[in-house]
Amino acid sequence: MSSIANAQGDSPQPNPSVSSRAVSGNQPPATLDAAPIVEFRNVSLAFDGPPVLQDVSFTVAPTETRILLGPAGVGKSVLLKLTNGLLRPDQGSIRLFGQEIAHMHEQELFPLRTRIGFVFQEGALFDSLSVRDNVAYQLIQERVPDDVIDTRVHEALHFVELDQTFSLFPGSLSGGMRRRVAIARALIRQPELVLYDSPTGGLDPVTSTTIIELVMKERDVYHTPSILVTHRLQDAFTLCTHRFDPDLGHMVERPKGQNDPNTTFLMLDEGRLIFDGSIHDLVHTDNKFVREFLL
Amino acid sequence: MALNTIDKTAKQIVMTVQDYSLFAHRAVMNAFRPPRYWVDFLMQSDIIGVGSTSIVLLSGFFTGGVLALQSASTLSAFGASNLTGRFVGLTMIRELGPVLTGVMVSGRNASSMASELGSMVVTEQIDAMRALGVDPMRKLVTPRLFACVIMLLFLTILADFFGILGGGFVTIFMNHQDGFQYMSTAWDSLRYPDIVQGLVKPLVSGFIIASIGCFYGMRTSGGTEGVGRSTIQAVVFSSVLIIVADFLLTQILLSFFAGL
Repeated sequence: MSSIANAQGDSPQPNPSVSSRAVSGNQPPATLDAAPIVEFRNVSLAFDGPPVLQDVSFTVAPTETRILLGPAGVGKSVLLKLTNGLLRPDQGSIRLFGQEIAHMHEQELFPLRTRIGFVFQEGALFDSLSVRDNVAYQLIQERVPDDVIDTRVHEALHFVELDQTFSLFPGSLSGGMRRRVAIARALIRQPELVLYDSPTGGLDPVTSTTIIELVMKERDVYHTPSILVTHRLQDAFTLCTHRFDPDLGHMVERPKGQNDPNTTFLMLDEGRLIFDGSIHDLVHTDNKFVREFLL
Repeated sequence: MALNTIDKTAKQIVMTVQDYSLFAHRAVMNAFRPPRYWVDFLMQSDIIGVGSTSIVLLSGFFTGGVLALQSASTLSAFGASNLTGRFVGLTMIRELGPVLTGVMVSGRNASSMASELGSMVVTEQIDAMRALGVDPMRKLVTPRLFACVIMLLFLTILADFFGILGGGFVTIFMNHQDGFQYMSTAWDSLRYPDIVQGLVKPLVSGFIIASIGCFYGMRTSGGTEGVGRSTIQAVVFSSVLIIVADFLLTQILLSFFAGL
């Protein structure tokens, strides 16, 4: 989390147990032509019934943010869980950091998952642990010294503007605070990919904007690639039309017509990927379902 | 239609047994490969062992007392009231100590394991754990399994001791018999095979309680209602299996020691 502190103007705290990543917001982002971080090829999955996902193919390039849209129950969360191997596809190939994970053994997946931050729909915080222990969960398992853990948890909580919750338990936090703690937990180990599962679902507009600003901060300051599941168009468009200004410490609107080129859209309908493109393509598409969804 | 239902149910039972076998095998094998979660093991030992002590002591003491009360009148009809100690001691150590402790601990801990793990499943905490690179089988199931096996052994020894003590209390203060005679017949009648029987059974019961509790907890689905269902299944199946296993073990151990 030293990089997060750096963005806040604090001194970086080097830690040998954690891999480094892009620190400055001024660094140029990698091109989208580089080898993809995530690659789905003809992925299908069914449980006991009709298919949840059918023949889904897409990629996530380094520094790219993919916003996955679709109504409830079309398989958005399932797709996210397939991405880090929490679920296995019936057919197709999933490549993560260049490795095929579709048939990888669970034990081999654990090291890969430590490189990914996952923000669950309801936060999925461990309710018997304090906020400190929740955020530091991975570091505790890796037996990082307590003083280092405390420093990094403080930095992570500072990033999500919840410094005061260090000793509290999840039960005493509001829904929005729980999501922000979940974001701090996902980002503390400086992930190379972040998966957000409806981080603003069920929250009021003000809290949703706070959460989206945090997602934007991670995208624009650290250029971390991500997949964000949402059915709130407002959040999706805000991510395209705004950028995080590290000097001002909050998001600002981009000049008209200059949307974020690294933020692109996917849309699912009944398990099929029916759209893959930029915001410009999205608002000008002829697809009837997409047009209805946008209305 | 009825045949289809029978077919479906039979397949479901076979699948459940298969899943349980694989689950239990993984939980045991995890102990032989790192990482090992010793802190979790100690915490579970405290929850299962120390936490269950009071109910095990009370149930053991009063069961021993009831045995002494019930046996006194029957034995005195045959002029054998001096054998009360032998009767209570053997019954507690060979049968009632292990079985009662197993059932009591099952009611307390199989249910808590199933509901705790089930709640973690439905609130995606298990998925979160996996997503954070931690194996829930190693972190949650294996420590509970070994803690339960080891603690049940000690709890059974305590239950046996307090059962004999309860029988002695009734013998002395209610039946007004000789306490020294009670204790000496209880001690003299004990043989090596009786102690082995009494100590093998809790190991199996402990395995059943933890593996069934964790198994039903980890396969919970259907929200809070599913958690309730898993808890009931865990208690029912573990209690019944303890009694079935007790019957089978008794048969096996009696045959084994009969040949010696």
